[in-house]
Amino acid sequence: MEDISLHILDLVQNSIAAGATLVEVFIRELPNEDHIWVQIRDNGRGMCEHQLSQVSNPFYTTRTTRKVGLGIPLFRASAEASGGSLQIQSHRGKGTTLLALFHSNHIDCLPIGKLEDTMAALIFMNPEVNFVYRHEISGRQFQMDTREIREILSEVNITDPDVIDWIKDYIKEGLEELNGGA
Amino acid sequence: MKSLKELEEIKQRTLDSVNLRKDRSGGTRVVVGMATCGIAAGARPVLLAFLEEVKKRNLGDVTVSQTGCIGVCRLEPMVEITCPGEEKVTYVSMTADKVRRIVAEHLVNGQVVTEYTIGAAE
Repeated sequence: MEDISLHILDLVQNSIAAGATLVEVFIRELPNEDHIWVQIRDNGRGMCEHQLSQVSNPFYTTRTTRKVGLGIPLFRASAEASGGSLQIQSHRGKGTTLLALFHSNHIDCLPIGKLEDTMAALIFMNPEVNFVYRHEISGRQFQMDTREIREILSEVNITDPDVIDWIKDYIKEGLEELNGGA
Repeated sequence: MKSLKELEEIKQRTLDSVNLRKDRSGGTRVVVGMATCGIAAGARPVLLAFLEEVKKRNLGDVTVSQTGCIGVCRLEPMVEITCPGEEKVTYVSMTADKVRRIVAEHLVNGQVVTEYTIGAAE
């Protein structure tokens, strides 16, 4: 994957395949400490202990269509390439949380990428799922919650092209502000 | 700055437009492969380019959706297009630029862009 936002797009699709109705994406950048924390938390069906022990093995997958599953192994490899790590917690019936640490000063650390494109694609492709996206840089925070957006929209569909464009720009501008202006 | 108030206005505009009541079920289907292989190869800009073009040209009867791995990972990003009453066309090694040409020639004018299809790649 070219950047962290593409990993997030891929991994959130796992959450949705696991039946999640709410997925939270939380990014915390601490430039002074050389840390980027990426957390993906879902309320999907979770994994049993055996699945959890196998989940970083590229030759393990719950799919029946083919024998490899690369989403989590690739994410772990990207985090570790920057000297970071990936932790996975999962409870059957409750959900799964991925927490990755990237060291932003490491030469092999991936760029964060376009979170606005990842979130817009996820919301468009999965209108039945709610998303919370929170991004924190040195203590300042931006947040988007599709439940709030839906409340304003009422009967208008969240996948309406104008709404998707608005979401994309809303996140983009929110992040620019977090980064101290464009 | 984008505000929630602007979202209110979008809602009102959408409710006022006829588009909302249009039934898209019998129209053209565009399906983008969005599994790990597709995303790594560049499926996200392809999906977003289809959304943008369909919106820009106001193609009310086109549905854009996703699927998992289509099965030929080395030719990702892949897109399948099914026009009503016609056979499915599979486009391979897609980019946002190819999307713009396919929307103009295939979706608007009904001419398959043969050079981008899986048949031309194999």
